[in-house]
Amino acid sequence: MLLFGRLSDLAGWRDRQIDSPFLSVLRVKLAEEDESLGEALAGPGVQVALDQVIVRGDAPLNSATEVAFLPPMSGG
Amino acid sequence: MSVRLTFEPFDPGALLTEFSKGRAETGAVATFTGIARAEAGATVALELEAYPGFTEAEIGKTADKAKARFGLDDFAILHRVGKIAPGEPVVFVATAARHRRAAFEACDFLMDYLKSKAPFWKKEHGPDGARWVEPRAEDHADLKRWE
Repeated sequence: MLLFGRLSDLAGWRDRQIDSPFLSVLRVKLAEEDESLGEALAGPGVQVALDQVIVRGDAPLNSATEVAFLPPMSGG
Repeated sequence: MSVRLTFEPFDPGALLTEFSKGRAETGAVATFTGIARAEAGATVALELEAYPGFTEAEIGKTADKAKARFGLDDFAILHRVGKIAPGEPVVFVATAARHRRAAFEACDFLMDYLKSKAPFWKKEHGPDGARWVEPRAEDHADLKRWE
């Protein structure tokens, strides 16, 4: 999974391999490990892309799914 | 039609020369080059992060809409990512159409989109540290002009 912008600064990492059957389970795992990151990932304007497609709500994951958390985009 | 990202500095003049070649029926090419500002020393460097693949695809969707809306023959967009020093080009947009109005307007529209909505995350490095930047209200207002 991938973190962008301020999310990767907050977490102290950018790219990790984490196994989880669902996006919701992944969120819980991350929040248990790092409470402030868990809150930030659920924060306003943070979108999730699965294999580069924006999704809303929960979704199943497999070991090859690329999960990206995208904070509000700033433009160039 | 091209949408590309680059970590390397680029020469907008060379891009314009390349883009303008072999266009016997085009009639009009408009370009815009955005350059990183020093803000009187407040910005030591600009840092832009993209999501490779996703960022180009998202920009491409809007560029395709612009092509249809303004009747463009072609477009080229090149955007820097990584650390950018003041004075270096950040973005280059070129549009080609049969007549100037379409080329100008499409270029203007694409820049308003790129400055407010495109999937980049921007950090300004100053003398007192770095901060993440969100779009300015003016950037959103500029985009609304096209609704």
